[in-house]
Amino acid sequence: MTATATKPAVHTSSQESGNRGSRVPAVLVVAFIAALWTVPSLGLLINSFRAPTDIRGSGWWTVFGDLFNSAAWTLENYTTVLEEGFANAFANTVAVTIPAVAIPVTVAAFAAYAFAWMEFPGRNLIFVSIVGLMVVPLQMALIPILRVYTGLDLNGTYPAVWLAHAGFGLPLAVYLLRNYMGSLPSSLIESARIDGASHFTTFTRLIIPLSTPVIASLAIFQFLWVWNDFLVALVFLGFDPTNRVLTVELSDLAGRGEGALNLLPAAAFVTMILPLVVFFALQRFFVRGLTAGGVKG
Amino acid sequence: MTTPPVLVETPSEIRRPLSEPGAQSNSLQVWLLRLASALIIPAVLAVFFVTFEFLQREDTNKILQVIVALIVGVGGVWALFWAMDRAITAMPDRLGTAVRPFAFAGPAMVLLGFYLVYPAVRTFILSFQNASGTEFVGLSNFVTIFTDSVYLISMRNSVIWVLVVPLLAVGIGLGFATLADKLGSKSESAAKSLIFLPMAISFVGASVVWRFIYNFRPEGFGEQIGLLNAVWTAFGGSPVNWLQVPLWNNLFLMVILVWLQTGFAMVILSSAIKAVPDDMLEAARLDGANEWEVFRRIVIPTIASTLVVVWTTVIITTWKVFDIVFVMTGGGFDTSVVAERMVTEFFTFGNDGIGAALAVVLFLAVIPILVINIKRFKEQEATR
Repeated sequence: MTATATKPAVHTSSQESGNRGSRVPAVLVVAFIAALWTVPSLGLLINSFRAPTDIRGSGWWTVFGDLFNSAAWTLENYTTVLEEGFANAFANTVAVTIPAVAIPVTVAAFAAYAFAWMEFPGRNLIFVSIVGLMVVPLQMALIPILRVYTGLDLNGTYPAVWLAHAGFGLPLAVYLLRNYMGSLPSSLIESARIDGASHFTTFTRLIIPLSTPVIASLAIFQFLWVWNDFLVALVFLGFDPTNRVLTVELSDLAGRGEGALNLLPAAAFVTMILPLVVFFALQRFFVRGLTAGGVKG
Repeated sequence: MTTPPVLVETPSEIRRPLSEPGAQSNSLQVWLLRLASALIIPAVLAVFFVTFEFLQREDTNKILQVIVALIVGVGGVWALFWAMDRAITAMPDRLGTAVRPFAFAGPAMVLLGFYLVYPAVRTFILSFQNASGTEFVGLSNFVTIFTDSVYLISMRNSVIWVLVVPLLAVGIGLGFATLADKLGSKSESAAKSLIFLPMAISFVGASVVWRFIYNFRPEGFGEQIGLLNAVWTAFGGSPVNWLQVPLWNNLFLMVILVWLQTGFAMVILSSAIKAVPDDMLEAARLDGANEWEVFRRIVIPTIASTLVVVWTTVIITTWKVFDIVFVMTGGGFDTSVVAERMVTEFFTFGNDGIGAALAVVLFLAVIPILVINIKRFKEQEATR
């Protein structure tokens, strides 16, 4: 499998000649579904800039009657939610996410290299077990790990979450990276060896640069996973307002019911903004990563 | 939150590693060194983290913590691997060759062992114990979850989720990918981005998004601000509290996950559709097949294995769904699902035994997929 190989242009997107007539219904259906998929987020975005009383008083779609009334728009909700814990939760989420992405990607890269290019007893058996671990539900791990953490007094600390995310993210990371690194031509590695390069040099100077695309898509995966995670953060970092991450903060706000209704849209966007930016800026890598794992690349 | 594909179908062209003298040494000394080199990095990390805990308890300076996190996360782990490699290079050649793979792959194995293998075994044992894990109670936790109506409802709902969500997500994704393929490439990628966008949104965030769709105000308590009720009342209906309508409320929750997962299915299926050879399609069209026949007779069979992969992946994501139910209804109004029930038992009721038993049920259900996964992988390796 070559994770990054671009799709051979076996056929072009716009179906050539002959079936032009069939394009109109296709366009309509596509536009309809795309609109249907966009309306929920669009509504939330509009709501987040409306005055609190407006959010409670009328649906977001009523703004279309009065779109240019600048008095109707406000940043008030954003300033409120940022003051009420979301700025802090944002910092917490950053502190959780960076190591929780970097650690498993690094550890997995070294492991993947060993599985692809080194010889050792048990190599295949261990790797097959890792393939199997990919589908083990996270829920299987929660109770025992929480007990160990309680014993070590690690509960509610960042390292507790970093390592948990590292552990849970590893099977896929090792698997994807090993398949990619293993598909690099062996002549490359051999010639590096003949030139006297050690494994470490070969790995850092040759394999890592060549694997950048797949590492990038993996890092985006893990970033989205960790940033958007609720369960792991809830269990190991907890509900304590000083430490909690954005998703936990948001679920707490959502649990306050009608009283906090006007804050929800802005709060939700604060939690979404970074993943959306990363997602759109790096969509190419992300799609590659998905297709590399799932289908012929 | 996204689950990446769990099954892979492409034969990979992975070559055997180059053989080196000493790599297969099996003396006790070598094994001890291997074990040590696998453990050193995790051990150093663990020691550091226990220290970090004090930093976090006593010093509330968030920026400092983030900086330390950054240095450790990005540079620290790398430096540890480098140091390990230096140490091994100082060993005699043959010994170094035998030990080095375990310095490279060992930390991953240790982490996986601690975070997945050990807890899975422990959870199995806990599922046969009482609420606080002090006594063995035989199968009674399993008897409870398979007889008590509270748990049976969760299981019924989970089964409905697994049947409905993948069907809708894959169905809509496939239809969309097929039709979007007929558009110009610019509008195709714009339309695909819109479907794809929810993939960047957390389940919790998505639940908040959909609150403003399902919001309910009883009649006489002001204008409807939920889109669904606004449309419903505009057509003459009286406002409905969607999330409390028995059985249907499950469907309304499932719609949220369909909204999130369709983009995933669509992207993968789209690239599979684009890989269908053009001449096959043209030949069918020349034979007089219409677009529907081309789709059914040529496209579907060609992408069948991708369809299976996508379907399975969405099934697993759906099976493990927890956040949506937790945030939207808290499992009330008969909307509970197994994964959500498990957390509730464990967290809210402190009933570790039942929680573990539910986790085991979650796990047992994916075992067939695990087995297929490994089988496929071995076949690929055998044919490479």
